[in-house]
Amino acid sequence: MNSGFSDITAAQPAKELPRITGSEAVIRSFIAEGVETIFGYPGGAIIPVYNALYDYRDRLNHILVRHEQCAIHAAQGYARVTGKTGVCIVTSGPGATNTVTGLADALLDSTPIVLISGQVASSQLGTDAFQEINFIEITQSVTKWNCQVKRAEDIPAAIARAFYIASSGRPGPVVVDITKDAQNGLTNFDYNPIKFIRSYQPYADICSDQILEAVRLINLSRKPMALVGQGVILANAEQELKEFLEKSGIPAASTLLGLSALPSDHPQYVGMLGMHGNYGPNIKNRDCDLLIAIGMRFDDRVTGDPSKFGINAKIIHLEIDPAEINKIVYADVPVLGNIKESLPMITERISQNDHSEWIDEFRVCANIEREDIIDPAIERRGAHLRMGEVVDAVSKEFDDAILVTDVGQQQMFASKYFKFKRSRSIITSGGLGTMGFGLPAAIGAKIGAPERDVCLFVGDGGLQMTSQELGTIYQSQVGVKIILMNNGYLGMVRQWQELFYDKRYSFTELVNPDFELLAKANRIAYRCVERHEDLDDAIREMHSTEGAFLLECRVEKEENVFPMVPAGAPVHDIRLE
Amino acid sequence: MEREFIITIFSENKVGILSQVTTVFTHRNVNIESIAASPSAIEGIHKYTIAVKNDPERVANLVKQIEKKVDVLKVFCYSPSEVVMQQLALYKVKRSRNVEELVRRHNVRILEIHDEYIVLEKTGHKAELDELYQILAPYGIYQFVSSGQVAIIKSRRELLDEYLKYVNEKRDRILSETK
Ligand SMILES: Cc1ncc(C[n+]2csc(CCOP(=O)(O)OP(=O)(O)O)c2C)c(N)n1
Ligand SMILES: [Mg+2]
Repeated sequence: MNSGFSDITAAQPAKELPRITGSEAVIRSFIAEGVETIFGYPGGAIIPVYNALYDYRDRLNHILVRHEQCAIHAAQGYARVTGKTGVCIVTSGPGATNTVTGLADALLDSTPIVLISGQVASSQLGTDAFQEINFIEITQSVTKWNCQVKRAEDIPAAIARAFYIASSGRPGPVVVDITKDAQNGLTNFDYNPIKFIRSYQPYADICSDQILEAVRLINLSRKPMALVGQGVILANAEQELKEFLEKSGIPAASTLLGLSALPSDHPQYVGMLGMHGNYGPNIKNRDCDLLIAIGMRFDDRVTGDPSKFGINAKIIHLEIDPAEINKIVYADVPVLGNIKESLPMITERISQNDHSEWIDEFRVCANIEREDIIDPAIERRGAHLRMGEVVDAVSKEFDDAILVTDVGQQQMFASKYFKFKRSRSIITSGGLGTMGFGLPAAIGAKIGAPERDVCLFVGDGGLQMTSQELGTIYQSQVGVKIILMNNGYLGMVRQWQELFYDKRYSFTELVNPDFELLAKANRIAYRCVERHEDLDDAIREMHSTEGAFLLECRVEKEENVFPMVPAGAPVHDIRLE
Repeated sequence: MEREFIITIFSENKVGILSQVTTVFTHRNVNIESIAASPSAIEGIHKYTIAVKNDPERVANLVKQIEKKVDVLKVFCYSPSEVVMQQLALYKVKRSRNVEELVRRHNVRILEIHDEYIVLEKTGHKAELDELYQILAPYGIYQFVSSGQVAIIKSRRELLDEYLKYVNEKRDRILSETK
């Protein structure tokens, strides 16, 4: 092996190659990949790359975060609104280990990330040198792929590989760990994007028999439901989904991460799946005779007891990752491959259909939920503000904003009550459920989509996990609107303690700092709202204020999120109270 | 229901693949019965042979998770009847007249004879190696070591070759598209 990789790249004509440092090769590789923004934090083992970056400040926008975990989360937010790969650079040792939560989050939520980590010089590897840690070993199970580079001349090929792997097939995070001598060494620079890796086939050939079988089942079905996942967004297949739904007439529910792939007001959209999803798509699960899973992976938060999921239904699973087929739920018809191609193949062959009577059954459920839960939740009454009414009011004021959430009760209220008009409008931590994700992800989202409003809903617990990023917001002037749902509790855990542990509130109450001072310390505009009658005015003020804003909503302390599927129960056991 | 499986993994010859593969086993909580690594008949491609005992569905999922690793080319999973399997064991046993007699009866090779001990080698199925162990145990085994099981499929089709042909065609297609 001379270049370290024997991948095939598009042939290039021979040319005189410039001789540059490995560090500059990193930067120029980024530029060759079309990177515009990097999130990072410097340190000893990555100084050479930062030194090279200094000369490219006009072409690469570097965002200095306050903690490396947040570099990844910000890059995730950026990647998910732009559809591009998020890029991060960090130093060795503690800088690298700080990213692990972010990488794990990106792996579970299929977000394309390239992380460059500095490493001690190759002569020091394995000696427990200062800030040396075996990062390849550590990130083995939280990355899609990783590699260590010890020679300057291997850098461009390694980065080309990293971008190809991160963004193709089912996307995910990759790590390129570069030793300091490789950063300092000299190399000829020649960048060839990678198009093929023999041992990695990200797109399976679509099997026409499976397409035909899927078509047959769809045409026969009387009570079908489509389950829309983030795969639709990742494949840019929103239009293909719409065409499939509109021809088939099938009702569609969404996973948490699939939200916004279909506009909230689409006539066939019947709500969100899962533990805290909507009533209809959960209770009707038992009645379905066909489930068409499109780019989703049957997470246990979606299926409840998987042995009872779709108990009377056949299952068609359109999926890009072979390892997801039959992992949790048996697929009668697995359709492996890129859904951007497979979905139209199905649409083309199915008969035009109408399931409006069946959809009406969902509407009945939606009405029950509206009367019992939604209307009371958004109604402006009671002694205190409540999360539902805040989300509803923000969503109405900020038409077509990007929703970012943290984790907990506020996440569920926000994702259910926020209205979406176009795709790539929700950024939330689904698979890992990482508290502290919201603030840095909102920073990345705003940087990725500066022309759109970004509304972050975050709990008092979650904000304090990564509140140091308020500093990043000020330094980089990132205009995110932060809606802090202050209930004085780790609310979601408190809810479980209330419902399943006899109200024994073991260490879930928070004695909070003065959030006004926190905002002020970071020079961020702030307002607090406690009364229903001040809510609209406060939200308008936030909207009309240029730049970042922290709106603290002092909400009801002990509100619960409903409906709810108790953990491990079948989804049709969903409880309204 | 638990059954025996032989998983053969073909990968690029790179540092760290073994750890990538074993991560999948620990993550899914599947025990490795034995493991063997060697070059394959194709240059640059490495082969791992892993024996497991587990239920078929779990193994099927495991295989897909291993294949998902970017540097892994292809994974095949066989039941013992589909392959020819062998394993090698060495026994360091206290010397005695009885042991030497046993050696003759059990088709065992003597690798080394010392005043105190004798080193024996046996190749065969796992069960045969275990059986010999039981027989020798009463005479005093100082040391015992066995290799992982190695296996070769009985089928005439060379599945890896077919796979490589398929990916090479794919590569040519991609290259011609980008020209
Ligand atoms: C890093 C991390 N630690 C712990 C948890 C467990 N957890 C899930 S929700 C939650 C409470 C969140 O409280 P808060 O941020 O105030 O939001 P609320 O539920 O009150 O809206 C906790 C502790 C988690 N998801 N992530
Ligand atoms: Mg809270």
